[in-house]
Amino acid sequence: MSIKLQVEDLHKSYGSHEVLKGVSLTAHGGDVISIIGSSGSGKSTFLRCINMLERPHAGRITVAGEEMKLVTAKDGMFKAADERQLQMMRAKLAMVFQHFNLWAHMTVLQNIIEAPVNVLGVSRTEAVERARKYLDKVGLKNVEDKYPAHMSGGQQQRVAIARALAVEPEVMLFDEPTSALDPELVGEVLRVMKSLAEEGRTMVVVTHEMAFAREVSNHVIFLHQGRIEEQGNPKEVLVNPTSERLKQFLSGSLK
Amino acid sequence: MQFEVIFEPATLKLFGQGILVSLKLLFISVTIGAVLSIPMAIMRVSRNKWLSTPVWLYTYVMRGTPMLIQVYLIYYGVAQLEFVQSNWDTVPLLIPFKDALFCCVLAFTLNTCAYTTEMLAGAIRDTNHGEIEAARAMGMSRRQLMWRIVLPSALRRTLPAYSNEVIMMLHGTSLASTVPALMDITGAARSVYSDFYLPFEAFITAGAIYLVLTFTLVWCFKLAERRWLAYLQPRKA
Repeated sequence: MSIKLQVEDLHKSYGSHEVLKGVSLTAHGGDVISIIGSSGSGKSTFLRCINMLERPHAGRITVAGEEMKLVTAKDGMFKAADERQLQMMRAKLAMVFQHFNLWAHMTVLQNIIEAPVNVLGVSRTEAVERARKYLDKVGLKNVEDKYPAHMSGGQQQRVAIARALAVEPEVMLFDEPTSALDPELVGEVLRVMKSLAEEGRTMVVVTHEMAFAREVSNHVIFLHQGRIEEQGNPKEVLVNPTSERLKQFLSGSLK
Repeated sequence: MQFEVIFEPATLKLFGQGILVSLKLLFISVTIGAVLSIPMAIMRVSRNKWLSTPVWLYTYVMRGTPMLIQVYLIYYGVAQLEFVQSNWDTVPLLIPFKDALFCCVLAFTLNTCAYTTEMLAGAIRDTNHGEIEAARAMGMSRRQLMWRIVLPSALRRTLPAYSNEVIMMLHGTSLASTVPALMDITGAARSVYSDFYLPFEAFITAGAIYLVLTFTLVWCFKLAERRWLAYLQPRKA
């Protein structure tokens, strides 16, 4: 399988505090990579650096063979050398957020067709068709004309997943997609994510759901204080951790 | 009370024309003010000091002084300057100052635009940061982000406050009656008062007209809010 996403030696600091001390990741087509770690380990920051929502200080990011053109700005952080390229690369790296971040003033359908029509230049008719296909995939019916605020958290997150699917990304980034949900709504979102994994989508998932990391992903990365402490096949790493930190982390998480 | 004077054809006509003048003042100034407030609000929230400071100064001055003073400054001030009067037949830019209506509209527009700019700028600043991140993460340019996400959302959220602004402006148009050449609703009432010496009848009529117009405006804005703010309202059962 070809390499869909390669991140090399990513560094990021807030002031003098270095939160990422050279983190790398390679995702082949169909890989589902879970990133775990305690809060403050830098896992969300790492994910958000991949699509430049946070600006790293050093590193290389390559999506489907195309390297992101980055230059160092006056503040010492990277900025895009080519805004247009960054926008197109972001569309290839659709992101699903912890707090859904649906556009509140738009209906479900408008949320989903927005980026295909206005970023990728897909025709409205085709975008609507896509939207219906992906709404179906995430298991939502008769919601097209609803506003996000009128739906449950689980439904909103599934709309957000449909919105991310609609740009037909190379890699999907999930930033703690179930952390803001009531426990009984977590399952419906995880089931959708599992079905996406099964159809061979490339996913990078920052998560606290150990069961998801163990059962669905084929690679797990344990971040600790801005470094990869341990990584590998989740069935081995999560069952027989070698590092003391991961042992501690897993014993604290029960599952 | 002698309300029959009010219902005489000549008086009714006077009030009718007054309504037209008031509404004309209101709609022209509010429309232009609203259109101009959009670029101004974007400048107001800009990180570029050269863009934001002039707008800040403008809204600060306009909101810090009474509208009556602004009308006086333009009508009795600028338009009465010898330099302006001696050139307003020849210099195109000065021609409109011959018109009392223009002077009032100019003052009202500058005033309402300042208030609307601040309201809209506030709504832009209050835009949910997550929605902005989502737009960036989906690959939108800064321009698209502003025109497709931030402004549509901010304009909607401004609507309730803006309906107040329009009502205040309707009432504010009564200041046009201080300009002798203009006969708005209040001006008509003043004229009836001085012709017949019937202060109560004249001003009660004017008040009633303003009341009806206000409720019409409130109703229009309710409809607009139902249409554009549906997403903030409780889900229909």
